[in-house]
Amino acid sequence: MLKIWNMKQKQQQAETAASGGKKKKVTAAQLRVQKDLSELSLGSTMKTEFPNPDDILNFTLTIEPDEGMYKGGSFHFTFAINQNFPHDPPKVKCTQKIYHPNIDLEGNVCLNILREDWKPVLNLNAVIVGLQFLFLEPNASDPLNKEAAEDLKSNREGFKRNVRQSMTGGSVKGQSYERVQK
Amino acid sequence: MAEVLQKNGVSAPRARWKHLDKILTRPGPFTDEDWVPGEDVIEGLSRTKILVIGAGGLGCEILKSLALSGFKDIHVIDMDTIDVSNLNRQFLFRHSDVGQPKATIAAKFVERRVPGVKITPFVGKIQDKDEDYYRQFTMVVCGLDSIEARRWINSTLVDMVDEDDPDSLKPLIDGGTEGFKGQARVILPTMTSCIECQLDMHAPRAAVPLCTLATIPRQPQHCIEWAHIIKWEEERKDVTLDTDDPEHITWLYQKALSRAKEFNIEGVTYSMTQGVVKNIIPAIASTNAIVAASCCNEAFKIATNTNPPLGLPGGNNYMMYSGDDSIYTYTFEHLKKDDCPVCGNVAKKLEVNGDMTLESFLESMAEKPEAQLKKPSIRSEEKTLYYQSPPSLEEQTRPNLKKELSELLENGEEVVVTDPAFQISFKFKLLFK
Ligand SMILES: [Zn+2]
Repeated sequence: MLKIWNMKQKQQQAETAASGGKKKKVTAAQLRVQKDLSELSLGSTMKTEFPNPDDILNFTLTIEPDEGMYKGGSFHFTFAINQNFPHDPPKVKCTQKIYHPNIDLEGNVCLNILREDWKPVLNLNAVIVGLQFLFLEPNASDPLNKEAAEDLKSNREGFKRNVRQSMTGGSVKGQSYERVQK
Repeated sequence: MAEVLQKNGVSAPRARWKHLDKILTRPGPFTDEDWVPGEDVIEGLSRTKILVIGAGGLGCEILKSLALSGFKDIHVIDMDTIDVSNLNRQFLFRHSDVGQPKATIAAKFVERRVPGVKITPFVGKIQDKDEDYYRQFTMVVCGLDSIEARRWINSTLVDMVDEDDPDSLKPLIDGGTEGFKGQARVILPTMTSCIECQLDMHAPRAAVPLCTLATIPRQPQHCIEWAHIIKWEEERKDVTLDTDDPEHITWLYQKALSRAKEFNIEGVTYSMTQGVVKNIIPAIASTNAIVAASCCNEAFKIATNTNPPLGLPGGNNYMMYSGDDSIYTYTFEHLKKDDCPVCGNVAKKLEVNGDMTLESFLESMAEKPEAQLKKPSIRSEEKTLYYQSPPSLEEQTRPNLKKELSELLENGEEVVVTDPAFQISFKFKLLFK
């Protein structure tokens, strides 16, 4: 052990770091989220909201697509990040009941990088870009809302009409949806 | 010492350690020139206080091997109780121990089998203990299956290093297994690559796409995951799932079973439900034995200096073992990351005027030659002090700019400053003049 300490002291001479305190430290997850937030590019179609600005691990993201079938809508997602981030992906849920092939009625989102393809090198920006993409290119091959996926696959025009219908707070095939228009 | 060694009959006090003593009482080809073998080394080993985290598959092996390697003051932490399914490989436990805490039973068993060794159990979480507790040990050996727990102990040990106190440096020896694969690594906190630096070495938990679970389950596990992730949220949102609560597991099991019926899938069982929900990784007894033995040999070498251990600065610190396809082992140096959020930079002490505003403090950061920040964001553990981005957070934290540091922070509190222009972050411990 003494030998290791001697090596430590030699290392020390090369550096000039002073010791850390015993007060509460910024956690590794907080630090990583801070970095990710500073690199976030939201553009004009997205904004964030922090119910408690001191808690950066929990926030909401609003996406307002300016093109595609979901144009004119305002979609809210909650982000819940745990202390095991970035080993664990953020937990993302849609807070509204919407008609979308990749989002179920409970708000679960089928996006590969939120689950099976998550890697610690991915950042929050990758996640929001992925979410935004779901509204531009809903994907019938990864269905969470089976009816919506079937509609998209079999009748794209009909699907578009259903999207408009659902966004105004109407029902599609007996299922009512939340009004999400701006 | 020589006298003791001559009486190597069964009754001689160190008969059990005859072979160990050959290593401890004479120099070998790898010992340092100034290393003095003999009594002091033996004495040092038996006085080394060593902490074992985890008393499961790896933990049982580690406790046994440390005791048989001459460690006499061993502590063990584990929060779990013994389950019947542990008995096939966690060999310190018997059927009559089911339901008892692992740490206590493991400690008793090894104490009984290896006279002279003292094992102090603690039943609970590592997070229940503070730095004062961890300070008493010479080193820590981990046999855990949770990455979260590893990250916690790692950052605790890194934070504990005090540049003026050699005793504050606690080598961390970490073992891990998954099926036929495993690793043993040695971390010298702040000196060599830490668990956080090596986070990419842990394969993320294999997950099945959500849509597969929701629409086309193919395996019994898919039905269980569906009950776990989708059905629970739908029907029992207000109840926090406790994977140790038999009622909760039974509920999930039944939901999974009826879903499996619907899709004509066979094989959903209660114990499979438990396994999937608790993410129980297949454990192979012999892989545990190999990895644990390797960890214990490193602990022995660090405690006694008989041979160079794994993990010295500039040398190899990571041994991976793979038995998946024949046998392959590879030992290498995992490099410390300059931008590691845990060990990459220790907080620098910085004297500031408490009545300085946050704004002027950040401006001074821009002028500091080593920082030269363009768009700094800053926080303490508790507070988001000022973030440049995203816009909503900038707006919410902007009022802080006009506040004085002493209003926002306690004397000696740590802050982290990041800037998108830099990979690394800056940590400061702000001391008010
Ligand atoms: Zn590190």
